[in-house]
Amino acid sequence: MSTDTIEMKKTNGQQAVNEALHEAFAADPKVILLGEDCGDKEGGGVTGVCKGLSTKFGDLRVRSTPIAEQSIMGAAIGAAMAGYKPVAEIMLMNFTTVAMDMIVNHAAKLRFMSGGQSQVPLVIRTLTGAGNQTAGQHADCYEAWFCHTAGIKVVFPCFPGDMKGLMLSAIQDPDPVIFIETGMTLFAPGQMPVNQGPIPLGKANVVVPGSDITIVSYGAQMFRVMMALEELGKAGISAEVVDLRTISPWDKETVLASAEKTGRLLVVHEAGRNFGPGAEIAATAQEELFGKLKAPVGRLGAPYCAVPFAKKLEDAYLVQPADIVAEAKRLAAMG
Amino acid sequence: MSQTLQNRASPDAATQLDIYRRMLRIERNDDFTQAQIRRGRITAPYYSGRGQECIPAAISNLLNDDDKICTIYRGIHDMVAKGMPLKPLWAEIMGKVDGTCKGKGGPMHLTHPDTGVMVTTGIVGSSMPIANGFGWASLLDGTKQVTIAYFGDGASNIGAFHESLNLASVWKLPVIFVCSNNGYAEHTKYADATSVDQISKRAIGYGMPGYTVNGNDPVEMWQYANEAIERARAGEGPTLLECRTFRFCGHLLGDDNKYMDPGELDAAKAVDPLPQFRQKLLDEGIATEAQLEEMKAAIEAEVQQAIDFAMESEFPPMDELRRDVFAQEIPA
Repeated sequence: MSTDTIEMKKTNGQQAVNEALHEAFAADPKVILLGEDCGDKEGGGVTGVCKGLSTKFGDLRVRSTPIAEQSIMGAAIGAAMAGYKPVAEIMLMNFTTVAMDMIVNHAAKLRFMSGGQSQVPLVIRTLTGAGNQTAGQHADCYEAWFCHTAGIKVVFPCFPGDMKGLMLSAIQDPDPVIFIETGMTLFAPGQMPVNQGPIPLGKANVVVPGSDITIVSYGAQMFRVMMALEELGKAGISAEVVDLRTISPWDKETVLASAEKTGRLLVVHEAGRNFGPGAEIAATAQEELFGKLKAPVGRLGAPYCAVPFAKKLEDAYLVQPADIVAEAKRLAAMG
Repeated sequence: MSQTLQNRASPDAATQLDIYRRMLRIERNDDFTQAQIRRGRITAPYYSGRGQECIPAAISNLLNDDDKICTIYRGIHDMVAKGMPLKPLWAEIMGKVDGTCKGKGGPMHLTHPDTGVMVTTGIVGSSMPIANGFGWASLLDGTKQVTIAYFGDGASNIGAFHESLNLASVWKLPVIFVCSNNGYAEHTKYADATSVDQISKRAIGYGMPGYTVNGNDPVEMWQYANEAIERARAGEGPTLLECRTFRFCGHLLGDDNKYMDPGELDAAKAVDPLPQFRQKLLDEGIATEAQLEEMKAAIEAEVQQAIDFAMESEFPPMDELRRDVFAQEIPA
């Protein structure tokens, strides 16, 4: 489908998710929301994504909560099991650590442990990302933890249309979904189709076609991948960029088909490199494409340390466009 | 310093007989379970509720089928009292496919939404945050359903207790927090781990009524539960009930009980609430010896049928590993 047949509008991720929530609330009385500061009186959430919801749909469906993450997740789980579709805002991803028992032992597992009797259709919206000098307790990308927990889906979109479309799907999904936002994905200017509808979970998107190397990424890191393309182009390297969008379950078919076509694969994420999502993708690629690749699978991710505070350290901690260019060049020179 | 009751309604004869029947069903089920464990037919750890029957029996008399409970690993007495059918219960504790959870949860995680047994958690304290979610749903639905969060004295020291009582109070949720204070958190004495002499005092800090109740006295237990449940149904919010009791089989069946004071267990068993209540029913003419024996025989037959059913049930097939992870089965 070419974009010139679709009417587009200027927007950003914050407006896109807000639009998804308003549409979901209007269409389905079972959709409810809770979290710290989420009511309009408190500003509609830390990033304003919930703006307008409590005014339009009432304080019983849209509830500001105490700063009590276990309690937020517990209330979401109980309401979900009683037939509602709660969207729980955990202000920052590092604060999910306070609610891990509820998320991991209960939300993710109750369907299996009850033999399918319990359904926990909830969405956890949470914000993270380094780059704002918030240091080691406000900026971690912990998606790999949740990917390692059977029973919860992990969504980390980058572009406004994907954010809206995946949020609409996440709310209607019968299982728990963690939906990860960042300052960049919420506030970077972008565009999306005027009538953006749901986008299925678990489907990657080939954002830029190419022939020499496949670069797989997701979330805010996608912006830094896109910033590397011009330099790679100058070096005569044609990169195919795959936006994973959903990390678990991930779209093996699209990623492996692209890697087989280009013959090279580089996985880039903001999360730590050690045991990161890139490790799973790289391991799968070597199992499925053994002998078909021209170079070893490359992985770029954060070093093995906490997110640092000092600006220079923080910049070095993040995988920058220059790092992506260097690694892509190294792989492209092989084979 | 526990608060006093506003309304001291008393259970009538039929109610007392119903409470006794629930207690006896729990006790017989527990006795048969221990026998099956001794025969090697159940290999999972067992956290017996023997001695604590009165608490859920009195509460469940006041609950409707659509009222909900969230309970814990020591919770089979709560489920039997609520009315969970025994056949799928037994199949589950034997890990069979006809179990309530198809053999995928086991005795610590029995679930049966049809009878309101919504969650059974193996994590201390975690019944409470989830119970609040059912309470919120009742407000959204506009029903008068109530949810019981069962937990032990040990759980009153974990963060989830404090967060949950605060939220339930702020949101005026129809949730009753029922703490079975059996004197021990695993092997640690209550006083060695708890900052107050009565857990009910903690309710004051969360702006809700809190009562310390003799959890081994069916009449008193029913009276306090009645007030708490009426209050929740009337939209007045949550209540904390601290029910004093004792567990006769220690933390885990097979416990050597060395952490207890000498004679403590024998003293507790000497005032076993079940035979005491039986004698009360006879003394007050509420039931005859023959009636109670007939009741016992019927319950034992029901439990035996459940055991036979569970023994004949199959173990779950291997593809259950791919089912119920998500709504959609994971491809092989």
